[in-house]
Amino acid sequence: MVLKKTLKETPSQTAGPYVHIGTLPSVAGIDVPTHRTPGNTGLEGGAPIIIRGTIRDGGGDLVKDAMVEIWQANAGGSYGPGRTGWARSHTDFETGEFRFETMKPGKAGGQAPHITFMIFARGINLHLHTRIYFSDEADANAADPLLNLIADAGRRNTLIAQPDPGSNNTWRFDVVLQGEGETVFLDI
Amino acid sequence: MSARSTPAFDPRDRQWHPQALVPNYNSTRLRSPSEPLLQMPPSVSEVSGPVFGHNELGALDADMIRNAAVSGDPVGERIVVSGRVLDEYARPQANVLIEVWQANAGGRYRHVRDGYLAPLDPNFSGYGRCMTDSEGRYTFRTIRPGPYPFPNNGCAWRPAHVHLSLFGASFAQRLVTQFYFEGDPLISRCAIVNTIADPKAVDQLVAKLDMDAQVEFDSLAYRFDIVLRGRNGTWFEEGCS
Repeated sequence: MVLKKTLKETPSQTAGPYVHIGTLPSVAGIDVPTHRTPGNTGLEGGAPIIIRGTIRDGGGDLVKDAMVEIWQANAGGSYGPGRTGWARSHTDFETGEFRFETMKPGKAGGQAPHITFMIFARGINLHLHTRIYFSDEADANAADPLLNLIADAGRRNTLIAQPDPGSNNTWRFDVVLQGEGETVFLDI
Repeated sequence: MSARSTPAFDPRDRQWHPQALVPNYNSTRLRSPSEPLLQMPPSVSEVSGPVFGHNELGALDADMIRNAAVSGDPVGERIVVSGRVLDEYARPQANVLIEVWQANAGGRYRHVRDGYLAPLDPNFSGYGRCMTDSEGRYTFRTIRPGPYPFPNNGCAWRPAHVHLSLFGASFAQRLVTQFYFEGDPLISRCAIVNTIADPKAVDQLVAKLDMDAQVEFDSLAYRFDIVLRGRNGTWFEEGCS
């Protein structure tokens, strides 16, 4: 069956500075008992990891009002079930740092272990989409279809998280929105 | 995952969406990438997506008139918002989680970082959630938000608007947007609205007054239909749970 597109996708608009009200109400100062605790993917099995990082703008300033989401496979390389593997965090109003607790993903669909990462914030008209890879997966990274589309090694490295020297099982993923060291963003 | 000639999703039409850098909206100047986006056909990572259940929603999540009320109903125009979520092929999208946030009737957000002088309403938080049914229909009840000023080349005003966040079946369908209200003269004056170049695309963000859906002697009604990216029907992945 050949399907024909008859409708246009609803245009995006910025999530704005108050995105937390709808997505992380406790961060905005609203108590919603039925809303889940942010920051944990709920995955079990495999190697527990923490991912921390910041987002900087083109002037080098920390972005302190962003909401960020991750989506990843489990240690065996499968997605789901349900929303397992998805989590949401925000860049802290004071430190600018986001934080996730999860399990290190396995290879999914012939790709190196990675985590999908999306940024929603004031001044970002359509959410920014990127990926977190891991520096201890050199062989898998060298064979990854997406990483291999990036010719420049410096740019490729913007997608590769590094171990945090200060703490065990912790990875740093620092994002630059614009200019020197700009993270590679995706249109997938 | 097998390689097929047709990708699961076509790339987004980025001429229809707002551009990343629109200098008249100041906040985009330092938050827009200067390098082109890297395009790749979707993999299992984007075709899959988190699945949320109706049972996760609180009983009053879709009733923003009551879900934060402590001493009575909030102040302002009572409205019912409803519509359908379809994809680009006009297929209804079931079980889409819609998260809602907005200012109160005076244009003030209940957020630790909003200091606008309009008062908070003790009976309104501006938080809500709902999910689409098997036909893609959704509905929630709220108070029409007020316009408010924000710093952008001096004092700029936002038209009344409600923020929405949507999860389709695939993470590639993820969408965050805002809708506006038919007839509001601030729409055409808003720098954030005007990040969208095509007037027909702007019109897609304008909820229409729907007198047939009013609740008599209670609430006016607005209709807002939403379109998510459409998954190509001839493609399916293997090994995606």
